[in-house]
Amino acid sequence: MAKKKLKEIAINQSWCKGCGICVAFCPKNVLELNDEGCSTAVRPEDCILCKLCEMRCPDLAIRVIEEEEEV
Amino acid sequence: MAVQEYIRDRFFPQMWCEGCGHGTILNSLLRAIEDLGISKSDIVMTSGIGCSARISGYVDFHSLHTMHGRALACATGVKMAKPELNVIVPMGDGDALAIGGNHFIHACRRNIDMTAIVMNNRIYGMTGGQYSPLSGVGTMATTAPYSSIDNAFDVVKLAEAAGATFVARTTTYHVAEAVTYLKKAIQHKGFSVVEIMSQCPTYYGRKNKKGSAVNMLEWFKEITGKLGSKELEDNPSLIARGIFVDEDKPEYCSEYNKIIERASKR
Amino acid sequence: MTKKIKFVQGNEACVEGALYAGCSFFAGYPITPSTEIAELLAARLPQHGGTFIQMEDEIAAMSAIIGASLTGKKVLTATSGPGFSLKQEAIGYACMAEVPCVVANVQRGGPSTGNPTHVAQGDINQARWGTHGDHSIIALTASNHQDIFQMTVDAFNLAETYRTPVILLFDEAVGHLRAKLEIPTEGELHVVDRLRTSLPEGVNYHPYLPREDGRLPMSDFGDVHRYNVTGLFHDMWGFPTADPTYINDLLHHLVDKIENNVKDITRYKEHFMDDAQYVLVSYGSSARSAIHLATERRLRGERLGVLELQSIWPFPKELIREKCDSARAVLVCEMNMGQLTAHVRAAVRKPNRVFLANRTDGKLISPLDIKRSLRMIQGRGV
Repeated sequence: MAKKKLKEIAINQSWCKGCGICVAFCPKNVLELNDEGCSTAVRPEDCILCKLCEMRCPDLAIRVIEEEEEV
Repeated sequence: MAVQEYIRDRFFPQMWCEGCGHGTILNSLLRAIEDLGISKSDIVMTSGIGCSARISGYVDFHSLHTMHGRALACATGVKMAKPELNVIVPMGDGDALAIGGNHFIHACRRNIDMTAIVMNNRIYGMTGGQYSPLSGVGTMATTAPYSSIDNAFDVVKLAEAAGATFVARTTTYHVAEAVTYLKKAIQHKGFSVVEIMSQCPTYYGRKNKKGSAVNMLEWFKEITGKLGSKELEDNPSLIARGIFVDEDKPEYCSEYNKIIERASKR
Repeated sequence: MTKKIKFVQGNEACVEGALYAGCSFFAGYPITPSTEIAELLAARLPQHGGTFIQMEDEIAAMSAIIGASLTGKKVLTATSGPGFSLKQEAIGYACMAEVPCVVANVQRGGPSTGNPTHVAQGDINQARWGTHGDHSIIALTASNHQDIFQMTVDAFNLAETYRTPVILLFDEAVGHLRAKLEIPTEGELHVVDRLRTSLPEGVNYHPYLPREDGRLPMSDFGDVHRYNVTGLFHDMWGFPTADPTYINDLLHHLVDKIENNVKDITRYKEHFMDDAQYVLVSYGSSARSAIHLATERRLRGERLGVLELQSIWPFPKELIREKCDSARAVLVCEMNMGQLTAHVRAAVRKPNRVFLANRTDGKLISPLDIKRSLRMIQGRGV
């Protein structure tokens, strides 16, 4: 089976209310709140695709988009 | 399909407060429905009144936003009239167990095939932070300024005693668990109750010095323990998470179909 | 085809009418003197694949029929006294969300537990204003079994036509009286079917946008159109709104759709009205005594007539004015403290000529009771 890798952490900033849940519970500290108080992926390369940010987001603002790793 | 395919996105960003757990419950529920692959037109979501009740406006299903406490009674009409529909009934703690308490126990007793979700934030949020039947002794609320002396219901025990045939509890911190339990609940033939402890940082959190949404999720992690875990065994004062009841019993609509068969022969 | 003739209670005539009209769902809660409606439907509905459910309370019963109606069923609940009070919250919801449904209220004495096994007509105003907020409502009534049947069919028809709850205001006396009922053959009475949208999937369906004729085609829950139903003020898709224009328009629509169609909704009967000098206005079982008295007095040449109302709400103000204005006196015969009388007074040009003949002790008002009041007005001895 092809290994999955991160394509993009898509954050709908107009839906994000900046509660910080995704930031606090990301096991790899991938996310931070920006100056506007919205979630942003600052270290996407560390993402392990656990998708906990996407699943916990109360605003349905986060999508962790995967793609197949090139061999 | 992504979870976003199941919502009415013109109403987003949703109206719940920053960090409100109800959005996470919506998220978990949509994930469960997506995993099960149920068609949007086969679902009727029936809700009552309160912060929780607004959930039905956000989903692209048939949605019935009813009266305070009456969601299960309306849902019973929907289900009995068209048993092939998948009926999901999210309710708040006051909605389900105070004003709707009678409907709740009787829906459990009938074992009618629908999924009740108790979005338990232990407070009336919409009206500004009054204590609910799930707040518990010692809770501070706008109507309990010297702290609440009301004992809380244990939803799990109540549902089990009343006859629900699937009963589970989890929190908005334990999202993977929530998706699993909701899937099982929806698939279960009979009356299912899933209690999801949900954070209200605005009222419960503020009044009871529980901090932000993040702090409250940490708190849920600390005060709960999974059924069968050593953690729970060692510390029985923790609130148990898990599936408490999962049994096969005659379902109400199927039983009524037998009545129709018997009556038609007369 | 020979007509089916039955010897039944008034409550059973209501059941027969409901089944004739296509009712396939009943939710209820036992309460005297309406219980027979539930008992009979518990037996009859499943024989035709319909659904009966006894709910945990009156509130739940009313809520359940709303849910069932939205799946496309014609629905009924039945109640009395305190049960009617409990249903008011959900009746208001059905008004707001425009859910067709029929509520039979077999009236008994009140307030509170009152007089469960005896007759009264004290819910006239509650039928109109029992739920909170501005709205309009349709309420029908009947004085005999054939009319109970007809009015029940009409109630379902009006509920479908106007997408509204319709109240059937029967009473203990006529509900429990046993009499002959001739069941009309299929097709003999007009039955209004649910008006459903013909819009295909993918086309924007507006559940709350009235057509040019004012009617709102529905879509059943489970069909292709997914929309929202709420008790909040809502837009044409059924979504909550706080927009003052939408709120105002919807409120006016809810009232106007009924008040602008009083003529279409009004049902009444005239007995000896052509040259009547004295008019008895009555309804339900009180009208039986009024008609009896008028029939008897006509034999003596007394010009007494009866205007029997079969619809109470929307109040047929113009009809009352037209039929009563030239009368020397109008005597409203009812079993309450004058609930309808007040409305009749408000409708006529000379309110001081409107009098009340009532009985409020749980006993059926008799022709003699009415005659005594009449003679008092006329300044004559009985």
